[in-house]
Amino acid sequence: MSRLLDKTFWGLTAGLVFLFLLNFFLEEWMRTIGLQTLARGLVAIGLLVLWRTGMVSFGHALFFGFGAYTVAMMQIAGVNDIFVLLFCGTAVAGLLAVGLGFLLRQYRAIFFALLNMAFSMILYGVLAKVESLGSTDGIGISQVTFAGVKLEGETYRMGLFVVAIVFAYISALAAHWYLKSTLGMMTMAVRENEIRVEYLGYSAEKAIHAKYIISGLLAGMGGVIMAVTVGHVDPDSMVYWPVSGDFVFITILSGTGNVGATFIGALVYELLRTYAFEFAPEIWQLILGGALLLIIMFLPDGLWSIRSEWRNRRAIAKSRSSEDQAAEQGHD
Amino acid sequence: MTRVLEVHDLEKNFGGVVAAHDITVNVDAGETIGIIGANGAGKTTFVNMVTGYLPPSAGTIEFLGQNVVGMRPREVTKLGLCRSFQVPQVFLSETVFDNMLVAYGIAERSGWGLLTPLHTEDREQRVDAHLRRYQISDYRDTAAAALPQGVRKLLDIAMATVRNPKLIMLDEPTSGISVEEKFGLMDIIMQALREEETTVMFIEHDMEIVERFVDRVWAFYQGEIICDAPTAAAMVDDKVREFVIGQEYHPAHVEGDADA
Amino acid sequence: MDFELLIVILVDGLVYSSYLFLVAVGLTVIFGVQKVLNVTHGSFYAFGAYLAAYLIGLWSRGGLPDAGGFLLILVSALILGLILGIIIERGLLKFLYDRDEHIVVLATFAAFLVLEDVILLIWGTDPYLAFQPLALLGNSEIAGLIFDNYALTMIALSFVVAYVLWYGLNRTQFGRILLAVIYDREISMAMGINVTKVFLITFIIGTFLGALGGAYHAPIISVQPGIGVEVIVLAFAVVVIGGMGSIPGALIGSIVVGIARAAAVHQLPEIELFVIYGIMALVLIFRPEGLFAPIKARKI
Repeated sequence: MSRLLDKTFWGLTAGLVFLFLLNFFLEEWMRTIGLQTLARGLVAIGLLVLWRTGMVSFGHALFFGFGAYTVAMMQIAGVNDIFVLLFCGTAVAGLLAVGLGFLLRQYRAIFFALLNMAFSMILYGVLAKVESLGSTDGIGISQVTFAGVKLEGETYRMGLFVVAIVFAYISALAAHWYLKSTLGMMTMAVRENEIRVEYLGYSAEKAIHAKYIISGLLAGMGGVIMAVTVGHVDPDSMVYWPVSGDFVFITILSGTGNVGATFIGALVYELLRTYAFEFAPEIWQLILGGALLLIIMFLPDGLWSIRSEWRNRRAIAKSRSSEDQAAEQGHD
Repeated sequence: MTRVLEVHDLEKNFGGVVAAHDITVNVDAGETIGIIGANGAGKTTFVNMVTGYLPPSAGTIEFLGQNVVGMRPREVTKLGLCRSFQVPQVFLSETVFDNMLVAYGIAERSGWGLLTPLHTEDREQRVDAHLRRYQISDYRDTAAAALPQGVRKLLDIAMATVRNPKLIMLDEPTSGISVEEKFGLMDIIMQALREEETTVMFIEHDMEIVERFVDRVWAFYQGEIICDAPTAAAMVDDKVREFVIGQEYHPAHVEGDADA
Repeated sequence: MDFELLIVILVDGLVYSSYLFLVAVGLTVIFGVQKVLNVTHGSFYAFGAYLAAYLIGLWSRGGLPDAGGFLLILVSALILGLILGIIIERGLLKFLYDRDEHIVVLATFAAFLVLEDVILLIWGTDPYLAFQPLALLGNSEIAGLIFDNYALTMIALSFVVAYVLWYGLNRTQFGRILLAVIYDREISMAMGINVTKVFLITFIIGTFLGALGGAYHAPIISVQPGIGVEVIVLAFAVVVIGGMGSIPGALIGSIVVGIARAAAVHQLPEIELFVIYGIMALVLIFRPEGLFAPIKARKI
């Protein structure tokens, strides 16, 4: 039965409560890692939805960057409230996805991936040259207010963290519930057999468009959170093609079995990146690349599959031991 | 007697190739139509046009009095005209149950309703009832890719009948099935469709199946219908014997109604 | 339009096209034969540039004649073609041919990341300037403007390579075999073609070409970290525009990209990148197979 309040719901809720409490004890660098994890994790959830539909995008930095730069532009216009920024950044990215989706929903396989990449590089090309947005140097992002309330120092960071985990929680839960609905199951259906979907009475392209919009919204939200966390936006760290590649990396790392797993994968990525960069700045890409290769070769269903692997082994071991017991008793 | 399907002067040209020409036929509720003809004669093209997968070059198609030319398959499906496929089109990585569940989900909801959970208790009951009707309940939790061919065909048809269509077109339901199993399979299919009160049309190459189950035969040859007649008459028709079933075929003696 | 400006755009554009072609043609051949979109190609270019720059530096510090630089360029490309080609194809791709195409691209992306850092480990972060071959050839005057002869030879090189590849593909036994594998891998195997060997040789050739692009380009540029990242995405654009798997496509695609970029740089620098990826997007929208799609088998 499809209970809405299933294991994932409780897992995510427990995570929310845990992080909320942990917030009071975190050191600043930990909080930063957490925030960046949430930002990237959101993008990866969108990519998970697309992956399940059989599609991969090598250009989601487009929406991420749009979300991030919307923050910059709105701050130039004088808007500083985190909730307004979140709403607008997400909405702008979502609208872009609505528009581009009409085009992109007709493409499949590598063409879909590359067309997304092309659009993200177009954005990069524009941002890298536009002076008023800082071109390749980017722009700084100033501190935000929380529904009119101004926070300072550590309280500010704590406030950001709370906002981020709440929004991430809502988004992840919404995505999870979405995937359990009829429309959500269309991810599998479209991936498996578009003709059958058509003959069952639904448009495969409309389904893809819906998922594309969802992925755009999530990536935009992630961009807003990243921009406010880092305090700076620039094309190279937010829109350039390796950024898109890293998002897909996280999706693969986590596995596409579970929405919650995406945050775990994002965290692993974040830790790898941060530590590799800190202790071995010449080889952090090597470590990242090596990790991705290991995952691709040995754990193709991502980290989440370790859980089911482990469960399978326990089940096999249990049945073996009960067989042995039965055999022993039989012998007597 | 309700006129379920009415086709007038249907034509289909692919560049220089005439795939369908001068097709005028109709179907009343309750009739069972058998579509026969050699490969390439235009049978599947006909089904593709009627179900909206292919636009005709000319002609009209009316389903329950409504013109369906220009509609897409999903719209035609929603009106109550469904089809099955020669190669069963199912979701291979999913279980039989999940396949049916998705079919029911799409059939029962539209618009924002599609965001409601897929797997509900009463939907599960409806799925199970449907599986029972097609006698594939035993395979409920088997992945579609692991099904024997006959069961997969039944799943394909079961998915097509989720909306309780008024008319169903089956594309070679027994192809790829061993000789011993063909009749059994068709018995299950026709029984289920009778229960659902669906008018049936199917493409078949096996004449024994045609004789046993079909009231009226349409014989295709090179894009045209060369014979439209009750089964017994069609089996001995000169043109049908020349172009479709061969002179050697000895029709079994069939009494009136096809479904004993 | 000003005639001088036209010449500048044309020549600059062709210079730009030429090294892009060398990189893109390797990429497109690998895609055509193995159906792999090889992101690692960017590293091959970078490796080629670094190794050539490094060797030329050593050579000229040793007081040896500057002309030797050309030999070093060729040697660098050959060595890298063999070593990197074998490592990547046998060490990585071999295990992934039956996997989803997106996974393979990601694997090559991962390998790219790894190799980028290998370059850093070997050569550090300082730029290398190996201008000797450039200086050696001097410059010429065309329509009243000065151009480096070295850059002009690069244009010539790309046409030579294009011709050699065309000849190889259409007139030699191995070329015929390659065409068969491009057309249909399974049928080729059924015909007795050793597809495994073909994949390896093709990949080595592709790697060599990518490395050659970098090596020959080295004297013109400042060889520094990040050149691989930039070139690979441009090469992708070229390959998409020209048609994935098509050699004439790579030629036309690189000319289109090169001249478009040159025109933008000289007329309206803000749209330089926009124009390239804009064309890529347009091609994907209106003709996804590219301008010169290779023969596609019609499977019934």
